[in-house]
Order: sequence, then structure tokens, then C-alpha cells
Amino acid sequence: MAKAGLDGHDRGVKVVARALRDAGMEVIYTGLHQTPEQVVRAAVDEDVDAIGLSLLSGAHMTLFPRILELLRKEDAEDIVMFGGGTIPDDDVRTLKQMGVAEIFTPGASTLDIVDWVRANVGAGARAGSGR
Amino acid sequence: MGRAMLKDSSLQRDYQDWLQHRYGRDRDVRFTTLSDQPIKPLYTPLDVDRIDFSRDIGFPAEYPYTRGIYGNMYRGRLWTMRQFAGFGSARDTNQRFHYLLNEGMTGLSVAFDNPTLMGVDSDDPRSLGEVGRTGVAIDSLADMEVLFDGIPLDRVSTSMTINAPAAILLAMYVAVGEKQGVAANELTGTLQNDILKEYIAQKEWIYPPAAGVKLIVDTVEYTIEHIPKYNPISVSGYHIREAGSTAVQELAFTIADGMTYVEACLERGLDIDSFAPRLSFFWNSHIDFFEEIAKFRAARRIWARLMREKYGAQNPKSWLMRFHTQTAGVSLTAQQPENNIVRTALEALAAVLGGTQSLHTNSMDEVLALPTERAVEIALRTQQIIGYETGVVNTVDPLGGSYFVEALTDQMEEGALDYFRRIDEVGGVLPGIDQSFFQREIAEAAFHYQRQLETNEKFMVGVNGFTNDQAVDIPILKIDPEVERSQVRRLKELKAGRNARRLEETLSELQSATQRHENMMPYILEAVRAYATVQEISDAMKAVFGTYREPAFV
Repeated sequence: MAKAGLDGHDRGVKVVARALRDAGMEVIYTGLHQTPEQVVRAAVDEDVDAIGLSLLSGAHMTLFPRILELLRKEDAEDIVMFGGGTIPDDDVRTLKQMGVAEIFTPGASTLDIVDWVRANVGAGARAGSGR
Repeated sequence: MGRAMLKDSSLQRDYQDWLQHRYGRDRDVRFTTLSDQPIKPLYTPLDVDRIDFSRDIGFPAEYPYTRGIYGNMYRGRLWTMRQFAGFGSARDTNQRFHYLLNEGMTGLSVAFDNPTLMGVDSDDPRSLGEVGRTGVAIDSLADMEVLFDGIPLDRVSTSMTINAPAAILLAMYVAVGEKQGVAANELTGTLQNDILKEYIAQKEWIYPPAAGVKLIVDTVEYTIEHIPKYNPISVSGYHIREAGSTAVQELAFTIADGMTYVEACLERGLDIDSFAPRLSFFWNSHIDFFEEIAKFRAARRIWARLMREKYGAQNPKSWLMRFHTQTAGVSLTAQQPENNIVRTALEALAAVLGGTQSLHTNSMDEVLALPTERAVEIALRTQQIIGYETGVVNTVDPLGGSYFVEALTDQMEEGALDYFRRIDEVGGVLPGIDQSFFQREIAEAAFHYQRQLETNEKFMVGVNGFTNDQAVDIPILKIDPEVERSQVRRLKELKAGRNARRLEETLSELQSATQRHENMMPYILEAVRAYATVQEISDAMKAVFGTYREPAFV
């Protein structure tokens, strides 16, 4: 679970990280103010199945694509990218077209997020999606 | 038994009799406040029998100020309608300022973008995608001059929501005043400048806590002498609450921060009555109506008691808590956003009934973006309707004496005092921050609330009930990426055009002064006048103060 850029709002990312951990998943939280390079470095080093990026700064159209680009450069496109924050619907559509698997906007429940991660990330994804 | 006690025990019997035979059956719901404080079916004189009117409630403008800090409150003057605003370039925000002032807003409040808040310039690699998005981009005095173009600083008071680089923005405000021919001692407004709550909740920092506090004391020391009508600190609970704390935590942690600043200023050798009158506060107004009103009243009483009993302040102006309020951002929903107009109105009403000096009302679209003009107009009209139509301003502290409100005010105060004991046990606020005491309390409360929402123990209309499948269809403010490009260009031109030698001099003097542990304000002012940027000044001090990295935990 990552916070990138200068955004300091960490209420949501911590609640989601804890919910995922309570559901039995292994969660690493990067802490605040990470550069895209730091996020990808940590993800690759820790060999994660997914990155959940939280953004409430309005910088999502810069930071999500940048992380996707870096994952491509690292040949780590199997890492599933998802996220959440104050992201308007039309930006959500564009980000999904760019390769972000899912975006959870205000009002989303942690139960839905846990279910989605189970179904789309790691063993669940490989079993279910036939990629 | 005295007559009063006889009367009480017969009232006790009547109450029990009423409860058993005429009360009826409750719905299958837990009746608690938003913060889980249990609420009784009915409040009676039995609930306030320990209250002494003179000691605990009193008169407005008299210790302990439970009923309000001014004698006639809104009959004398309405609260300041002060809408937090800022986005894009200084020119964009200047236009929004003029719009709001024309529509009847009575004070300015500046929102800065993330780079500015973090002491970083628009052309720094970390600012990519961030410029002008959460507020206005201010890199130097040149931007500040545009921001206040056509706004007379001797007639308009300005609040600036800035923390880590607050001293720099204050210096810029003074410098803009100079250019307008307005002396520093005529300037009015407030600097948020509350770094402790950054480590706890808002998370916009540059230096470690001790250095952050040192800079704050510098600004207080400088301001009381040179900018005496300006409030150098706004001790804030808003962000603590937004991060997920309960109402009692907001109350306790904020006042604890306030005490820490008082002690730091006393340690500097400042006389309490010289600075305490200039301390101000900033509260959240959340959706549980009566809990918030009780919180505001308890806050005034707690602070008055601390200032007089604990710190020995003699000047009554040192005892009274002046505060700004903002309605709760986290109470708003992305679903059915027009409902947010209603939420904001109720929260604003609570703030007025709680006796706020200044108020910001959120716009309905703020869950999704910065407010459009139409949305902020409605938010401003909300305040005007409360002030001019509802009649709640006709008397001071209209809810005073309500059995419920007085009992809840007492309960809030007790809850806060309990937390003060726990904070003392961990060694105080700074050790508490190091141990992540506050951060863990807040994260726990946030998680707990989310669980309550998901089990329908707590409710958000449109989110976990009364939903509809309609797509959200309101105009959303978009920040043009061109804002960033042109800001970077302007910054490049500024750097090329200014007197490089003078700049070097000021930055070098600034750095030496930091090493000598002097008051930074005069040096920051000189650098600002030489058009040093926010980052250049912040970095010069970073060399001495160091930087901060929080312990990341889940």
C-alpha cells in the first residue's frame, strides 16, 4: 500500500491496509511522500502481487501513469495496480484504460476492497482469470 | 435532609416512575453520539445538579467563558464568514478572492498547494502533477503580490493555512503589505502555524518536531512585537478530527498542543500575557449536532481554566479562546452530493450555536474536487441564511441551561481531562508524538468508525442506506495542466531576473542565523524581499534543522 507524491492524507490507506491484513493478506505500507521510483523499487524488491496507491492530491493523472510506466521498465507488469482517493469518474475511466485494474472512490467499503483483492490479485487472480 | 435533597430524591422517584411507565420502547438502535458517547433518553435537573452557575457556566465575556467570549456575541457582530480558497495560479485565486468578497464574504483564507505546504518549489521534481491542485501555488513574493492584487491589506484580514513554511508566508504577507504602503502593525489575520498537529494528523512537515516548535516560537515572539494585530498560531483540531479522531480526542489533543506552545513560549522567556491573547484555535464542526456544541463550550471552559489556574495568566484576554470553525469534510459524501448542502448547513448551525468567531462552510462538491463558483456561493449563502434569517443570533448562547447541553458539556470536559492525564503519562506531547501515541489513537478510532459504517451501526445517507444508482452529475472543477507549466516558466524567469548577489547574501545570513539559534523572522523577511523562493529558504534552514521521516505503521 503506497502514498506517493506530497499528499499527506493517510487515514484511508491505513484503514484499507489494516482491513487487508485482518483478512489474512501480507501488507507492506510504504509510508508517506514516496516518489514513484521508490514505490516501484519497494514493490519489486518485496516481490509483491499488487500495489494499492492512495491519492487525495489531484496528482493521480501524473502519478498512476508514472508508476505503470516504471513497472513496465522493470518488467514487472504482472504486479496488479489498483488504488483509491479523490478521483473523479472520468479520470477513473482513463486510468483503467491505461492499465489500473480498479479504483475505489469515496464511500467504498473495505469488504468490497478485500473481496476484489482476493478475486483479482495473486493466487485468486491466477486461478480465476486464466491470464 | 435539606429541602433541596428531598426535592431531588422525589424528582429521582418521578423520573424512575416516568421511565418505567410512560417512556415507551426504543427502536433497536444504539443511541450514542458520533463518537460513541451514550446518550440518555431524557435530561433533567438531576443531570445538572452538580453544576454551579457562576463557577461552571457564568456570563458571556466572563471567566470561564462557557457561554461565549464576547458580551453580546452575534448581536454585536456576526462571526466572520471566511471561506478557505485557493487553486491554480495566484491570478486564478485572486479572482476567486474578489468573487467571494463581492458576494459578502468578510475575511480571506488562503489554501496553498501541496508543494508550497511542504516547502517545495513548483519546478522541483517532487512537484510534478501537484502544482496548483490542492490550493494556490506560491513560490516567491512575486506570486504573493499577484495573490493580493487589488486587496487592501489594511482593510481585509487574511488567514493562511500554512504550517511548516508558515514563517516564510508570513514574511511574504508583511512584504506585500510594505509594497501597498501598509505597515506590519496594521495587518490583521491568522497564521495556522501549528506544526504539532502535522506530526499527529495532517502530515505536512519539513523539519523534526523540536525545530518546528522553535520556528513557531520565533513567529510568536516576532509577531507580538511587530505584527501585534495578527494571530501567529491557530491551534487546530480540525485535521485531527478529519484524520479519524473522536470529538473528545479532538478536544484533548488540540488543547494539549496549545499547552505545549504556551510552555515553549514561556521557556523562551516571553511573558504569558504578552502572547496568550494572540493564540487562536480552529475546530471541526462535525455532523453530531449536540456533541459539537458541547465540545465548543467545553473547549472555552477548559482553556480558560488552564490559562488562569495552571499558567497564572492575569490578563482576561489570555483566558479567552477565540476560534475559527470549519464544517467537517469527512462527513460529506460523493454519492448524492447535493445532500452535502444539508450536512454543511447543520454543521454550520452547530458552530454558530457553539459561539465560533469565524466560519468556513464546505461546498457540496468537495469530496470530489475543489469547489466550483456556484458550489461555494451556496456554502456562503448558508452562513448568510443562518445569520440573517434564522434568528439564532438574537440571544447569546441560546442553548445554555439546557439540561442536555450542560450535561454533555461537562462530559466532554471530563473526557478531555482524562486524556490530559494519559498524555502526561507518556511524557507530554512531543514524547507522545515520538511514541506515535496520538497517531495510534486516531488510526484506531478511524478503523473503528469504518467498521461501524460497514455493520450499519453508523449511518451515511446515500452510502450505506437510501442509496440510488444515479451517476453523479454535477460540474467538477478541473485544474488545467497548463497551470503547472506556466508556473514553472514564471519561476524560471524570476530566478533569471532577480539580483543574484543580494539573494546569496540573504540566504547565507539566514543560514548563519539558523546556526546561531537566532529568531529567524528578520532573516526570512530579508530573503523574501530579495525574492528568494519558498524552497530556497526552507532548504537553507534544513541544513541546520534536519528533516523528518515518520515511523510508518499500520
